[in-house]
Amino acid sequence: MAAVEQVVQSEPGTGRVKMRGDNVRVYYGEKQALFDVNLDIYEREVTALIGPSGCGKSTFLRCLNRMNDVVEICRVEGSITMDGQDIYAKDVDPVHLRAQVGMVFQKPNPFPKSIYDNVAYGPRIHGLVSSKSQLDDLVEESLRKASIWEEVKDRLDAPGTGLSGGQQQRLCIARAIAVKPEVILMDEPCSALDPIATAKIEDLIHELRENYTIVIVTHSMQQAARVSQKTAFFHLGNLVEVGDTEKIFTNPEDERTQGYITGRFG
Amino acid sequence: MTDTAMTTEAIKQEERQSKIRANLKARHAAEKRFRSYGLVAIGAALLALSTLFFTIISNGASALFQTEVRMTIQLDSTLDPETMRAGDYQILIKKSLRDMFPDVARRDRKDLYAVVSNGAWYELLNHVQANPDLVGQTIEIWLPAADDVDMLMKGYIDRELPESDRRVNDQQIAWIDALVANDAIEKKFNTRLFTSGDSREPELAGFAGAAVGSFYTLLVTLALSFPIGVAAAVYLEEFAPKNKWTDLIEVNINNLAAVPSIVFGLLGLALFLNWFGLPRSAPLVGGMVLTLMTLPTIIIASRASLKSVPPSIREAALGMGASRLQVVGHHVLPLALPGMLTGTIIGMAQALGETAPLLMIGMVAFIADIPGGPTDPATVMPVQIYLWADSPERAFVERTSAAIMALLAFLIAMNLSAVLLRKRFERRW
Ligand SMILES: Nc1ncnc2c1ncn2[C@@H]1O[C@H](COP(=O)(O)OP(=O)(O)OP(=O)(O)O)[C@@H](O)[C@H]1O
Ligand SMILES: [Mg+2]
Repeated sequence: MAAVEQVVQSEPGTGRVKMRGDNVRVYYGEKQALFDVNLDIYEREVTALIGPSGCGKSTFLRCLNRMNDVVEICRVEGSITMDGQDIYAKDVDPVHLRAQVGMVFQKPNPFPKSIYDNVAYGPRIHGLVSSKSQLDDLVEESLRKASIWEEVKDRLDAPGTGLSGGQQQRLCIARAIAVKPEVILMDEPCSALDPIATAKIEDLIHELRENYTIVIVTHSMQQAARVSQKTAFFHLGNLVEVGDTEKIFTNPEDERTQGYITGRFG
Repeated sequence: MTDTAMTTEAIKQEERQSKIRANLKARHAAEKRFRSYGLVAIGAALLALSTLFFTIISNGASALFQTEVRMTIQLDSTLDPETMRAGDYQILIKKSLRDMFPDVARRDRKDLYAVVSNGAWYELLNHVQANPDLVGQTIEIWLPAADDVDMLMKGYIDRELPESDRRVNDQQIAWIDALVANDAIEKKFNTRLFTSGDSREPELAGFAGAAVGSFYTLLVTLALSFPIGVAAAVYLEEFAPKNKWTDLIEVNINNLAAVPSIVFGLLGLALFLNWFGLPRSAPLVGGMVLTLMTLPTIIIASRASLKSVPPSIREAALGMGASRLQVVGHHVLPLALPGMLTGTIIGMAQALGETAPLLMIGMVAFIADIPGGPTDPATVMPVQIYLWADSPERAFVERTSAAIMALLAFLIAMNLSAVLLRKRFERRW
């Protein structure tokens, strides 16, 4: 497989488990979407979730910041912990959790507000800054980290929805990192983008990995191979195999994984 | 593949194409027919509308003018405006008329006095009280002519009719012609129509009282129905669980929108007047009754506009750690507000034109004073139109149409603002 050679071997993370899913079962009404998923997410690493459509990647991802709470028919069982603490515990406020676990969606979804207000939104609602100049600095820092500052610095007052798709997605990443979360979840962040914009986002993920733990859902084997350190393969709601990206792509244990990454089914 | 197979395939292909072509012709014809139906329908609607406007405007335009008589009044220095009563002013007016036509026999004087409006003294009184230093002078003042004289001047009374069938007799016509010859009678812009309350005398009647009543009624309706409607819509759409109960509520709100408005009037009568003991004929109660009627409209429109906010915006805000209330307050509501306002304006326009429920709570009474607040007895524009349309005097016919014109102007302005609001705030994302 061609992608294998492209596996980037950068510095591994801290080796510490940031988030851990333990026997996670998710139901949408009567229908079970995830079956006993056990998955560790390591600090300052990129974990890629791959698998055929409908296998439950997004479902798992949305469990990590309790976005499924707002889906009325959705029920989550088992336990998910962050730094050893159960994030579904009674005393955990999902609003607080989401400040720590940010999310970037498949389709870029900037608020229909100015670029500045998009990035400033998180810090504002969480009360992270005390002065306008501090906020200005934070906005600039976030836009720089999302490598979009140069493109928008002259039009911070322009609506975020007026940017190109790739720019919008980087704006959404800037918006997510403005609250300095510990984990960033990305659900197919490049699926609506062209190859050049995709390359930019991938570069960005590399940089972000130095400070953040990232979980990314992707349909592109090459992308998983390029950006991630760990890869988890889902199939029909089961976590089939998880391990170092290099190993999954060169020497998968399960033949379903083998079949999927070589494109025999999908 | 063999040659024959290929040719049969080619023939089949040709057959298919000709079928499609034949079909295409029929489809185009159907489309043309449909378009012409549409044009006819729109044409009919426009024709009906323009007929309506034409008849109303041609009937009502003359109400914008009122015949007035120039009178010379001697205000003797012995008069004291503080103590003068209606009768005293009437005497002054009669005297002025007698001075204009000194030869009129005593028995015809009543007919002479009838040339000037019965209520003209009131305008004289106001004038003198506003300018007390006029006492001791001889003043010239334009006072309203009686409605029959006005009708004659406007050509609505046929001079050729036999005298007994005419509301203005030959003598009066002679006096009027004399006044015309002296430039002492003229049609002037009818400010009373816009500034006075209702009156039994058409020449003095105006719709200001009804307009102010409508204003207070709508104010109460808006103040109650907008916040309640929006809050209900936001709760149902953004917070309430989706279950049997919310389904039931939804069905009932839709039912409520279809309830005949008179039923709300009966409810208001039973509840607000008999039970709560609120004042009769008051815009406050009218507004409350109309709130019951407009609420479903506003709730339904608001929910539709909340639904049209893309879910991705909600997800984005939730993902940033916004609370449900913040998601709604910061993102959903601002985007849905233009739609909500449009719905509200349409609801208000309905309320403005509503008559039946207000009849039930006594807003149909004859009220000459302009209401000073939402608890004063009042009537509203459509009820005023109803009252005038019911009056026998010919002069009320044109005033009815004029009031309809005013009401329509308000309705058009409201609907226009709804359209502009939508255009102005329409967002793309
Ligand atoms: N809101 C929902 N209500 C009901 N069922 C749902 C809902 N969301 C997801 N599902 C079901 O759960 C299963 C997993 O869906 P999920 O979105 O997690 O798949 P996915 O792996 O992300 O697929 P894709 O790659 O197409 O995005 C699917 O069978 C889907 O139909
Ligand atoms: Mg998905």
